[in-house]
Amino acid sequence: MSDPRIAGAGVTHFGEHPERTGRDLFAEAGLEALSAAGIDPEDAEALYYGNFMGELAEHQGHQGPLMAEAIGLDVPATRVEAACASAGAAIREAVKTIRNGEAEVVVVGGAERMTNIGTAAATDALAIAADDLYEVRAGMTFPGAYALMARSYFAQYGGSREDLAHIAVKNHEHALVNEHAQIQKEITVEDALEAPTIADPLGLYDSCPITDGAAAAVLTTEAYAAEHDLDAPVAITGTGQGGDNLALQDRPHLAQTPAADKAAEEAYDDAGVGPDDVDVAEVHDCFTIAEVFAIESLGFYERGEGIAAARDGETTRDGDLPVNLSGGLKAKGHPVGATGVAQLATVAWLLDGSHPRADAVPDGTVGVAHNAGGTVASTTVHVMEVQE
Amino acid sequence: MTESARDGEYDEWLDSIESGEGYYLECPNGHGWLPPRQVCPRCHERDLSRVDLPDSGEIASHTTITVPTPQFEDDAPYVTAIVDFGPVSVTGLVRDVDPDEVAIDDVVGLDVGERVTTGERAVVFRPR
Repeated sequence: MSDPRIAGAGVTHFGEHPERTGRDLFAEAGLEALSAAGIDPEDAEALYYGNFMGELAEHQGHQGPLMAEAIGLDVPATRVEAACASAGAAIREAVKTIRNGEAEVVVVGGAERMTNIGTAAATDALAIAADDLYEVRAGMTFPGAYALMARSYFAQYGGSREDLAHIAVKNHEHALVNEHAQIQKEITVEDALEAPTIADPLGLYDSCPITDGAAAAVLTTEAYAAEHDLDAPVAITGTGQGGDNLALQDRPHLAQTPAADKAAEEAYDDAGVGPDDVDVAEVHDCFTIAEVFAIESLGFYERGEGIAAARDGETTRDGDLPVNLSGGLKAKGHPVGATGVAQLATVAWLLDGSHPRADAVPDGTVGVAHNAGGTVASTTVHVMEVQE
Repeated sequence: MTESARDGEYDEWLDSIESGEGYYLECPNGHGWLPPRQVCPRCHERDLSRVDLPDSGEIASHTTITVPTPQFEDDAPYVTAIVDFGPVSVTGLVRDVDPDEVAIDDVVGLDVGERVTTGERAVVFRPR
C-alpha cells in the first residue's frame, strides 16, 4: 500500500466570477494541477470530482465526465456529493484508489458556481443540505443552523460574539497575502461586532462569502513519483470520515460535532499521529463558530476551550498552532464543492514551503485538513506529512 | 407524483398536530424520532410505535433569522428554534412572542401555522 503523494495542485482565484461556467473554472484549476505535477495526462487513470449545487446553479448534473473532458482526460470520472464536504469525500475516493493499487495517477478536484444565481437563490440552494421536511420548512438557513449551534455552545460552555470576532479578524489577516482569496481586507473586532446580523448571534463577518471557484490536485504513488523524478514531498498519510444525523434536532448535542471527532480519530490512527504532532491545520470555518467546533474535534482543545484560541493568539500565524493560514473559508471564500481540495492544496503548499504563509510554519512536517458538510453531518479529515 | 401530492407521513404528522393529537415514534429502547422513520438509527430496532407528544417542551436553542431563503422572504425577521420534548426534539417557528424575549428553557407548545410568504403549513411554537 502506498500513501498517495501530492504531485501538483491548482486553485483558481476564489471570488465572484458570475459569468464563468463551472467547467471553465475547473479547467483552469485542473490544468494548473496537471502542469504543476509534470505528469503526462495520458497517465491519469481516474477523476474524482466534488460538486454540491450544480443542478440548481447551472442545471447541470452528471458533472464527472464533463469535468474530465474539460481538462482533457478520457478516464472514469465520478462526481462525489457530500454537501460542503464533497471534495473531502472525493479525496478519500482518490486515496483509496491509489492505495488499493487500482491506479497510479488520479486527479481529484471540485468546483462550484454560486454567485450567478444571486444571494437569495444561493442561500436556498445551500439550505438543501439540511433536512427539508424538518429544518428547511421551519425556516432554517445555514447561518441559522450554525447560529443555533453557537447559542447552544455559549449556553453550555461560555463564550461570546467577541470571541467569534477574533476568529474572523485572524482569518482576514491571514488572507491578506493569499492571491487566491476572495476577501483581502483587514478587519477589527469592532468591525465584526458592528456588522449586520444574519442570524443572531452570527453577523456578516461570522459568515463565509458566497464564492465561485475550483481546485484540483494530482495524486500519485511513491513509486511513480520516484520513477518520473517528480518533486512530490508531501503524502496523504491518513484519511477519515464521520457521519451524524442530518437534522440538528435528532442529535444528542448541539454544541459538539461528533462526525468530526470520528473522522479525526480515524485519520490520526491511519497516519499513526496524534493532535500533538500537528504543526498546521486548515479547518472548515464556514462560520466562525465552526472553527471552534473543528479545533475541538481535532483534539487541539478540550470542549469549551477552543472558543478562546484565536483571542489568545494560539491559532494566529505567530501562535503555536496556526489555523487557516489561507484565510479559511471565512476570507479565502467557499466554493462549496471545491473547498476540500483547496484545503489539501493549501496544507501541501504550507508544508513544502511554497505558500505565502509558509513562514508561519518553517519546520512544519504534519498538517491536517478538516472539511465539513451541512451542519457537520458529514466530515472528512486528512493528515498530510512531509516524507523523507 | 403530481404537484399537489402530499409528503406522506410528514403531512399526516402535521395533521395530527393540527387535530391536537400529535405523536412521535418511539423504539423499544425509548429513542424518539419524527416520521417518516422505519428503523431507529441509534439501536436498529424496527418496532416503532406511536407515542403522544407532550403538551409542551423547552427551547433548546433559537435564532432570529434576518437573511432568509426566498420561501421565507416576507416572514423575516423570524425566530427558528429547536424545542426539546423529551425523547424527541422538533424544529419550528416561534410565534406570539417578541424575538428579543425568546430564551433557552422557555416553555412552548406545538402548533401548525402558515408561512407568511407562501401560505404553506409550518411547525409553530407558542408560549405556554
